Amino acid sequence: MLKIEGLTAEVDGKPILNGIDLEVPAGGIHAIMGPNGSGKSTLSYVLAGREGYEITGGSVTFDGIDLLALEPEERAASGLFLAFQYPVELPGVGNALFLRTALNAIRRHRGEPELDAMQFLKVARQRMQALSMPEDMLRRGVNVGFSGGEKKRNEVLQMALLQPRLAILDETDSGLDIDALKIVAEGVNALRAPDFSALVITHYQRLLDYIVPDRVHVLMGGRIVQSGGPELAQQLEASGYASVQAAA
Amino acid sequence: MTAPLHTGAEGFLHRFDGLRTRLPGARLGWVQQLREQAAESFRAQGFPTRRAEAWHYTDLRQVADAGFDEPLSILGAAKTLPAPHGAWRAVFQDGRFRDDLSSLDAAPFVAASLAAGLGTLEDRLGALARPAAEPMAALNTMLFEDGLVVTVPAGVAGGVLDLLSLGSATDRPAAFHPRHLIRLEAGASLTIIETATGPAQARYLHNPVYEIEVGEGATLTHVRLQQESPRAFQLGTLYARVAAGGTYDNFTLNAGGKLVRNEIHASLDGPKATCHMNGAQLLRDGQHADTTTVLDHAAPDCASRQTYKTVLSGRSRGVFQGRIHVHQVAQRTDGYQMNQALLLSPEAEIDSKPQLEIYADDVKCSHGATVGEIDADQLFYLRARGIPEPKARSMLVEAFLAEAVEVVQDGAARAALEAAVNGWWEAAA
Repeated sequence: MLKIEGLTAEVDGKPILNGIDLEVPAGGIHAIMGPNGSGKSTLSYVLAGREGYEITGGSVTFDGIDLLALEPEERAASGLFLAFQYPVELPGVGNALFLRTALNAIRRHRGEPELDAMQFLKVARQRMQALSMPEDMLRRGVNVGFSGGEKKRNEVLQMALLQPRLAILDETDSGLDIDALKIVAEGVNALRAPDFSALVITHYQRLLDYIVPDRVHVLMGGRIVQSGGPELAQQLEASGYASVQAAA
Repeated sequence: MTAPLHTGAEGFLHRFDGLRTRLPGARLGWVQQLREQAAESFRAQGFPTRRAEAWHYTDLRQVADAGFDEPLSILGAAKTLPAPHGAWRAVFQDGRFRDDLSSLDAAPFVAASLAAGLGTLEDRLGALARPAAEPMAALNTMLFEDGLVVTVPAGVAGGVLDLLSLGSATDRPAAFHPRHLIRLEAGASLTIIETATGPAQARYLHNPVYEIEVGEGATLTHVRLQQESPRAFQLGTLYARVAAGGTYDNFTLNAGGKLVRNEIHASLDGPKATCHMNGAQLLRDGQHADTTTVLDHAAPDCASRQTYKTVLSGRSRGVFQGRIHVHQVAQRTDGYQMNQALLLSPEAEIDSKPQLEIYADDVKCSHGATVGEIDADQLFYLRARGIPEPKARSMLVEAFLAEAVEVVQDGAARAALEAAVNGWWEAAA
C-alpha cells in the first residue's frame, strides 16, 4: 500500500531524512520509534505534503501512485490521513463546519453524495459518543480552547469520519493520560480492516500496548536502523535507544 | 496667498454659485447662512490633500479631478430594489428621496424627506457637523438637496428601518450630498440597515453626512453596507452624540467603490453611554478604503469598543485611523480598539494609525493592531483534511472576519451583513 524507497529530504538545506526504505502492506500496522530529532515528524509531514521540506531523492508510492506529486488535499482525498502531533487551532472556524467541509470534500472525491447539516450531525454524534467527546466540541472553534487530550481526540474523530486507508499517527499519545490513550487506541483499532493500514509514530512504547503493531522500525539520524516485531518496542523501552545506536 | 483649487473644488463652487437661489431652504435665512459659511470653508480648504494630517493616507486627487454634475431629474421608472430587511424603508436615488419607492407611513416613528421638512429643522441641521473642520462636510452643507430625517419618540421601539441609496449610471458622473438627521429620544430604540449601491458601470460621488443623536437610555443599531459601484466614490462623514446610558452601535462594511472613506466622529456625552464602532473592509484590486474614527469620551463611566478588520487582495489599499480622546472628566472610561488586516497579496497595503489621548487618570484603555498573511500551518491543516486550497483560504478569511461580524447583535442586521460578506466572496471567487 505504502512504499518508501531511498527517501531523502532537507529543511533549510539541512538533511533530515537520509534514505528511508519502508513498505507498509494493506492491513498492516507499523510503528516507527525513535529519539527526538531522529526525523519522525519530518517523515510524517513529507508524506502528508507540508511545504518547507525539500525532497532530494527517493520515491514514495501510495497504491502505486506517486504520492509526492500530489497536493496535500489530493493525498487526503486518496485516503491518506495525518493525525497531527500538534493539532492546529482555527479560531473562527466552527468545528462542525470544518468536519463537514472535510468529509464532503472527501466524499465528493469518492463519488459519494455530500451530507447535509442534519445527516452530518447524525454521523458525527455517533462517532463522538464512541470517543467520549462532549457534543459541545462541535460548536466550538476547531481545537480552540481544547485541552491536549481533547485535541488528540478531535484528530481521531476526524480520522473516524474520513475513513482513510492509511493513517499516520504522529505522536498521538503525547500529552494523553491513560484513559484518553485507551480511547484513542480504540478509535484506531475500530478502523482495523484488511484495507486499512497505519503508521504509528511514537517516542514511547506505551501506545503500542493498545495499538499492537505487526512491525516496529527504529528511526535514527534520518534512517531506519532496525526493524522487528512488537517485541522490539519492549526491548527499546527496557534498554533505551542508546543500545540500538551502539548496535547500529 | 491661497493655493489654487483643484478643478473639482472649483466646479463645486461654481455649481453652488449657480444653484444657491434654487437649493432647498434658499428662502430660509439660517439655511442660507449655513451654506454660505460652508462654501467659505470649502473655498478656503478645497478638497483635502495629503498634507492634511487627517487625509495623509488617502489621496483624493482622482475625486477632485473627476468633475461631477448634479444628478439629473429623477425618472419615475420603477427600480428593482433589493429585498428589504425590515418593515420600513426609505429609498434615495442619487441622493433624492423616492417617495414612490419608500414605505414609512405605518412606522411607529417619524421619518420623512429632509427637503420637504427643512423649515422645522433649524435646531438639528448642523447641530453636530463641523464644516469648518471637515472639508467633505463643508461640501455636503454647501450642496445638500435632501436626506432622511428620523425621529423616534421617547420609549418607542422603532424596529428595523432600511435606508437604501441608489446611484445611477449617467453619461456624466453625478455628485450627491445627502444629509441624514437621526434622533432617538430617551429610551427609544431603532435598527437602521443602510445599503449604498449602484450599477456596475456607474461613476458617481456619494458624499453623505449624518447627524445622529442618541438620547438617554436609547439604543441605535446602525449597519452600513457600502456596496457602491466599483467605479464610484463614497466619502461619508458621520457625527454621533450619545447621551447618558445610551448606546450607539455602528457597523460599517466597506466592500464596494473605487475609493471610499468612512469617517466617524462620535461623542459619549453622558455618564454610562456606550459606543461600538466595528467594521470590515473587503478590498479587491484597485480599491482604496479608509476608515477613520474619532471617539470622544466626554463623560465618566462610558465604554467604547472598536474592532475593524480589513482583507486586502490584488493591488488594494486600506487605511485605518482611530483616535480616542479621553477627556479629563471621563473617569472610569473603558475603551478598547483593535484593528487587524489580512494581506492576501504582496502588492496590497494597509496603513494603520491608532492614537490615544488620555487626560483622565482612572481609565482602562487598550488598543492593538496586527497585519498578517494567511497562516501557513492553518492552511496546511485544512488541506491535509482534503479541503481544496481555494476553499481552505476562503474559510480562513471568513474566520478572520468572524470576530468583527459576531459583534453585531441584532438578528436582521447580522443576517444582512453575513449575506453581504458572502456575496463579496462569491463575486471574488
